[in-house]
Amino acid sequence: MTAAALDGAGPATSARRPRHPGGLTPASGLGLGVALVWFSLLVLLPLAAVAATTAEGGWGGFWRAVTNEQTAAAIRLTVTQALLVTAVDVVMGTLVAWVLVRDSFPGKRLLELLIDIPFALPTIVAGLVLLSLYGPDGPLGVDVTNRRPAVFLALLFVTTPFVVRTVQPVLAELDPEAEEAAASLGAGRLTIFRRIVLPAITPAIAAGAALAFARGMGEYGSLVLLSGNLPFRTEVASVRILASIESDDLPAAASVATVLLVVSLAVIAAIDLLQRRMVRRG
Amino acid sequence: MEIPVRRMRGLVAAALLVAAACGSGASGDEGRTLNIVGFAVPEAANRAIAEEWAKTPEGEGVRFETSYGASGDQSRAVVNGLEADYVHFSVTSDVLRLVDAGLVAEDWDDGPTKGVVSSSIVVFAVRPGNPEGIEDWDDLLRPGIEIVTPNPASSGAARWNALAAWGQVIASGGTEAEAEEYVRALFDHVVSLPGSGRDATTAFLNGTGDVLLAYENEAILARQNGEELDYVIPDTTMLIENPGAVLIDADPIAEDWLEFVLSEEGQRQFALHGFRPVVDGVEVERVEGAADPTDPYPEVERLLTVEDDFGSWEELSEKFFDGEDAVIARIIAESGKAG
Amino acid sequence: MADRSRRRPPLGRWALRLVVVAYLGLLVAWPVGLVARNALDGGLANIRDILEEPDTVHALRLTAGVALTSVAINTVFGVGISLLLVRHRFPGRRLLSALVDLPLSVSPVVVGLALVLVYGGRDGWLGPTLEDLGLQVIFAPPGMVMATTFVALPLVVREVVPVLEEIGTEQEEAAHSLGAGAWATFRRITLPSIRWAVVYGVALSLARALGEFGAVKIVSGNVAGRTRTATLVVEEKYLNFDQGGAYATAFLLTLVAVACIAVVTLVRPDQSGGRSP
Repeated sequence: MTAAALDGAGPATSARRPRHPGGLTPASGLGLGVALVWFSLLVLLPLAAVAATTAEGGWGGFWRAVTNEQTAAAIRLTVTQALLVTAVDVVMGTLVAWVLVRDSFPGKRLLELLIDIPFALPTIVAGLVLLSLYGPDGPLGVDVTNRRPAVFLALLFVTTPFVVRTVQPVLAELDPEAEEAAASLGAGRLTIFRRIVLPAITPAIAAGAALAFARGMGEYGSLVLLSGNLPFRTEVASVRILASIESDDLPAAASVATVLLVVSLAVIAAIDLLQRRMVRRG
Repeated sequence: MEIPVRRMRGLVAAALLVAAACGSGASGDEGRTLNIVGFAVPEAANRAIAEEWAKTPEGEGVRFETSYGASGDQSRAVVNGLEADYVHFSVTSDVLRLVDAGLVAEDWDDGPTKGVVSSSIVVFAVRPGNPEGIEDWDDLLRPGIEIVTPNPASSGAARWNALAAWGQVIASGGTEAEAEEYVRALFDHVVSLPGSGRDATTAFLNGTGDVLLAYENEAILARQNGEELDYVIPDTTMLIENPGAVLIDADPIAEDWLEFVLSEEGQRQFALHGFRPVVDGVEVERVEGAADPTDPYPEVERLLTVEDDFGSWEELSEKFFDGEDAVIARIIAESGKAG
Repeated sequence: MADRSRRRPPLGRWALRLVVVAYLGLLVAWPVGLVARNALDGGLANIRDILEEPDTVHALRLTAGVALTSVAINTVFGVGISLLLVRHRFPGRRLLSALVDLPLSVSPVVVGLALVLVYGGRDGWLGPTLEDLGLQVIFAPPGMVMATTFVALPLVVREVVPVLEEIGTEQEEAAHSLGAGAWATFRRITLPSIRWAVVYGVALSLARALGEFGAVKIVSGNVAGRTRTATLVVEEKYLNFDQGGAYATAFLLTLVAVACIAVVTLVRPDQSGGRSP
């Protein structure tokens, strides 16, 4: 995502990679300080409080909470569904971004408007409409309720905008020269896309993928109605956290939350690593 | 490339000032204010009671600040500092949390109604006309019957249903083993465990399941709002007791409020909104939404209560839901594994 | 870009369009249309009714205030952090980058819990001290702003960073060597080139802020007429079986989000090859 620029030569279109990013100047050092303080107060401190609450239960408590069969199953389900959804988002998101930037047809602007809406919808409403459309009384005859696809569908709904919106500005900024040059040299569309466009937008795709995955891990409201929260089948980790809170077992809730945080961090870092390798190869 | 630090800091400061300004919109109000924190369903009832109370000398001119939501969430919020003078929750454990936190006196339930302010019963909500002919607990286990019930794990209020299912076996002379067998079979028929009673009703209304384990007051409220469901009262069912309490540091006017809530007029308002009155002598002619509006609250053949059948709320929480080998929690987990 | 479109066989382009339209249609357009339909069921009555409730109007205004404040904070810090991450090297940079995405992955249940643990007035780490100083965070608007900022945190950063990387530093270096100061360079060179990324980031953040529910519910206390936001109003109406009111409020929220996005998409040109000045 961020460091891609610094490792190795960039592809042809983006020959203008920064060559020697500066170390910190006094002013930017101060800026970093301010940013870090803000970030700490808003994010790090609260998350540290969660970790501290985990510690209240000791290692024993943590282990018990996390290895509880039902909870472990919920964590597994959450992670796998988030990964699946991210994969689909990467493909479809890039496609959608491509069409929105490079194509033009009547009604395209309407599509632009729609994409961000899943975001703005309060999650109950998202859940309600998904239920009425893809539930037992749905007009399409498709009923995903209380089954795994329900989780997938709800997550897909709320993560739609991410990859699209991160790729769009980069696609729009792409210098057409390299592509036109390649085309005039006889390169096919697919080759042009694969060797010129894709490496340029990979960091953006990765950024969007990380966002989509993150959101998928944390989503709760929109899938609760659809999934039925059936243990070992459609129960996601957030429901387990809620159950622990309801029983006033905060250390257990914090333990599960901590595990989710660690997993998210790991996957986000992995996505970053992956895209840096991809950019280098391309 | 440097960052315009000064400008950034200025913008941030401005933003924070705006936020603080929004924050310090403290209501500097003259006159008495009563802070009510309650669970969602009695909101309409409480509002009606407040209107009636305003006509009395004690209640005249009192302002209300109210917060309604899921019972557990509300209870935790009060523990975390949400201002409250009077609380009205769905289950006793939510008040006990406040007692433990030192916010409610230990003798809160010494009054004539033992702290209970509104009540209801567990019922079976079915499709209009009751096509499956579900009348009693055994019908729930018929092959192919799909059950929807809120999740006892994530909703304290949802625990009444599980208790009813268990208790009715014991009350009919069954052993604990038989009760466990019944509840296990019940959860094998459960197709959805939404997080709250309302979510369960929504799932049911949108086509999931054949029968919904619901609360009578919620079924009535739904029907009052035009939702299409009928409900059946089984012969044996659980009395749902919603506690209400005044906090230790509360404005003294809260005591007057509680008194009014427990009076005939207050309870009448509850009755009009689907709750069963907790005091005698409350007359209501007609309750829209009830199965039979002219006889809205028929007597239940055998009514289970926490006190008579389960000892105390603390005991049953430990045994069924929160303890190490909690019965219901275990059954639900096992039903998931099997399926 | 016109050349490229001509070179593409029509079939491929139509197939792509079809796939995209079908995907967005089934996944987004249809559900959203349903919200509109349910809200407008019976004409504008639903909308008029909710606008007549003082509590609801207050909630809408509160939502707008909280959302705008949090978006402003996120934009300022987002752009700042993006610049830091891309243009500079410092120990822990990769860690910071990964951490920036983290808030989005935190379940709303946990966000609320975390903020209360630190800023809660009774037992929080910092809360009681802050309250003694006169600043109530939890169960007051500052807490709500924090929760909303938290959940939308990565959005601006993730929009701006890829674009910053893509455009490189040549122009900035050129300006610098010509003697332009840092602020002038930022304002005239960097900012315009990341303009659309920032705008998308703002649109996304605003949409996210408007729709935030779970975390805000916990930190706000949901007090009607004081700390209840529009999404909490939606929940209240839902709980009271007032479907029409719930959908109408959600519809209004969505309209605002759409309006912001519309401004973005209408103003920006259809295609832009290369950097726009």
